[in-house]
Amino acid sequence: MNCVALPRMSSKTHSSNNIAHARRTVQQLKIEASIERIKVSKASADLMNYCSEHARNDPLLMGIPTSDNPFKDKKPCTIL
Amino acid sequence: MAAEKAEMDALKKECDGLRAQIEAARKAVNDSSMSGAAGGVASVGRVQLKLRKTLKGHLAKIYAMHWSADSRQMVSASQDGKLLIWDTFTGNKLVAVPLKSAWVMSVAFAPSGNLVASGGLDNMCTVYNIKAASPKTLRELDAHTGYLSCCRFLSDSEILTASGDTTCCLWDLETGKQKIIFTNHIGDCMSLALSGDMNTFISGACDSLAKLWDLREGTCKQTFSGHTSDINAISFFPSGNAVITGSDDCSCKMYDLRSDQEVIGYQDTSLNAGVTSLALSNSGRLIFAGYDDFNCHIWDSLKGEKVGVLSGHDNRVSCTGVPEDGMGVCTGSWDSFLKLWN
Repeated sequence: MNCVALPRMSSKTHSSNNIAHARRTVQQLKIEASIERIKVSKASADLMNYCSEHARNDPLLMGIPTSDNPFKDKKPCTIL
Repeated sequence: MAAEKAEMDALKKECDGLRAQIEAARKAVNDSSMSGAAGGVASVGRVQLKLRKTLKGHLAKIYAMHWSADSRQMVSASQDGKLLIWDTFTGNKLVAVPLKSAWVMSVAFAPSGNLVASGGLDNMCTVYNIKAASPKTLRELDAHTGYLSCCRFLSDSEILTASGDTTCCLWDLETGKQKIIFTNHIGDCMSLALSGDMNTFISGACDSLAKLWDLREGTCKQTFSGHTSDINAISFFPSGNAVITGSDDCSCKMYDLRSDQEVIGYQDTSLNAGVTSLALSNSGRLIFAGYDDFNCHIWDSLKGEKVGVLSGHDNRVSCTGVPEDGMGVCTGSWDSFLKLWN
């Protein structure tokens, strides 16, 4: 089997790649650092409010009457 | 060489400074705990859902499922090399799509119901028109250099993919070309979820990070850490303000987007199995998480307590989904069956 020797990256290319990568990381961290953050107490309260406001429209929480259950197997009715 | 080393050192110092700044900003708003705040919320009690249907038809492990927007049809993908489209009300199979590659890992239903997409170890996302007389391949999206782990349609003309090549990608289905490539993860991307307004999406990866992306700008806006292993599953809380993740570290976490941090974790010392999939009930109160222990465990999202379990599969639960109308949960498993519960 022939082995092809790949050209080695010059140390100059290698270090400029690393610098480019480090610059991109700084850019990304600047984006993430710049956002406005709200207090966890407010975030929690909003999540709790959302759950309570939408509870009555949550069939898995409220339960589903048999007559309205789309997945229940419908057996034919027999008149006794 | 010395000048370059000096620049690298300066950049590294700047990175460290920015990371410390982010941590300090997060700490500054961390004024309480969610589980503490939820102490006053009424308990949901024991959540006992019944098995309503077992869908039999696949001949090998099921890897993925996705509900149609009509909350009635559902598509499943198995390594038996088929996609099956089911009418979940009757249990009937409506369409079978034979796959070129059996190594499927993901499947998606377009909101219109006209198209489905799948992909896996073939590194491609293939889109099928299922309204044609027999399923017709519309597009083969071929540019990822790693496996396709997840795909989600924005519409019949755009689809988002996540890949083992560590990138996510937005594709134009009219041209079949990549529109935007999202790069920032340093591990295989395993899962993604679209926000309701389709302006952002979240991704979870093997680098144990979850990231929030601006869909149109292509930039990563926020990064969430805390997991100690691969994130396999990710979902938005229905308000759009929080993100839930499931990981190989056996835990799930909720991160709030506006406080930019984890607000509650879901773990139990008795649970020593990785989380494979997750779905939320319509109010966001219940989290259905599929685990390697063959069960789907149910968590109270506010209190962080386990409140129920869906048991019945004979192998790992690989996928979980709740339809838009919230009327049930579907679990898919390596045991080749799908089960419907409510």
